[in-house]
Amino acid sequence: MDLHELTAAYALDALDAHEAREYEAHLSHCERCRDELSTLAEPATALAWGAEPATPPAALRGRIIEAAAAERANVVPLRRQRLFRATSAAAAVAACAAVGLGLWANSLHRSLHAARSAAASDARAVEILADPAARHIPVTGVHGMVAVDATGQGALMLKQLPAAPPGKTYEAWVIAPGGSPKPAGMFQGGGTMTVVRLQKAVPKGSTVAATMERAGGVDAPTEVPVFSARA
Amino acid sequence: MTRELAHLSDEALVLLAARSEQTALGELYDRYGRPAYGLALRVLRDESLAEDAVQEAFLALWRTASRFVPERGKASTWILTLVHRRAVDLVRREERRRADALDDAHVPADSVGGADDEAWLRLQRERVQAALRQLPDQQREALELAYYGGFTQSELAERLGQPLGTIKTRMFTGLARLRVLLGDPGMETAWTSTS
Repeated sequence: MDLHELTAAYALDALDAHEAREYEAHLSHCERCRDELSTLAEPATALAWGAEPATPPAALRGRIIEAAAAERANVVPLRRQRLFRATSAAAAVAACAAVGLGLWANSLHRSLHAARSAAASDARAVEILADPAARHIPVTGVHGMVAVDATGQGALMLKQLPAAPPGKTYEAWVIAPGGSPKPAGMFQGGGTMTVVRLQKAVPKGSTVAATMERAGGVDAPTEVPVFSARA
Repeated sequence: MTRELAHLSDEALVLLAARSEQTALGELYDRYGRPAYGLALRVLRDESLAEDAVQEAFLALWRTASRFVPERGKASTWILTLVHRRAVDLVRREERRRADALDDAHVPADSVGGADDEAWLRLQRERVQAALRQLPDQQREALELAYYGGFTQSELAERLGQPLGTIKTRMFTGLARLRVLLGDPGMETAWTSTS
């Protein structure tokens, strides 16, 4: 059996178990087959979309979630662990998620900043973003960046951020090293570019993140971040 | 049903699933449960086995989410790959595959998903089917029997009364051409020069 010839069948899941194991072993030291497989896997998996979608029985969803929960019932969801090679992205999201889920504060405070003129706020944000002396950090999760000027004032610029659904708002957070998330302004997204002035100073080493919250905002994040950056 | 994670990308959801976020798994299921179940049903032709295949695939995702490498492919592709593999395993184990693997007419079309999802899925399906229709009959037959029928290459050779080498060639050429038809024109010359 020439293992080189098995790539198409492997991509189609058309090898028996024995052949598949042999081919996989072969793949680990055959670059040609790896290249070929990466080319053929795409049209093979495209066939999956060619089947007529069908609605599964309603109970299936619950069964899957239940079985998943049972498998990892003892895992603390947000314990520190290293995942992915893209560790910085994962770590930032994970750190924010940990903070978000750890704090379900429910005080009555509402940001007074919500009343500020959006236009004036935008103008200042643009200044910060355009400041050549500011630090510019890309955010993970969406396309965009955080800019922090020399005095610690920050702004966000996000490309094609989807509009928050009705009754919801994006809320920005600044999480100083060792601190809890401080609300740093709300925004709605939509349009090509969203510019947001952060209404809390951003000390070096802070995490800047945003979550989707109910309209009017909350005092502490209740959701995992839509995006985040280590500023 | 609220879909509180509806704004996150598939890849972000996999990342959260890797951190044991059940809601992320639920959201992925809400997005891809229908194509997954449709695919499993096409291969298995049995509703309860199809449910098993989908459940096992989503649990496989749950267990191995931390190993997912976004650079290597889309999460949706990965999910359907898991579903297909499970469905093929089951169909071979159960030997319940029917002879009419080419026909998926008994699966009723429905429209329970969101309008956007529905339109996107329909578009994908039409694209793939149009590409399949353009393949020479023998190549299409080999791909459909292998992928939707769950036959191994050896079973296919026997079923079609052809040498194994011929089946391999049909599958290879069929996939290569399918890739071109699905819109990667840059590949065309590369493939024709090697075939």
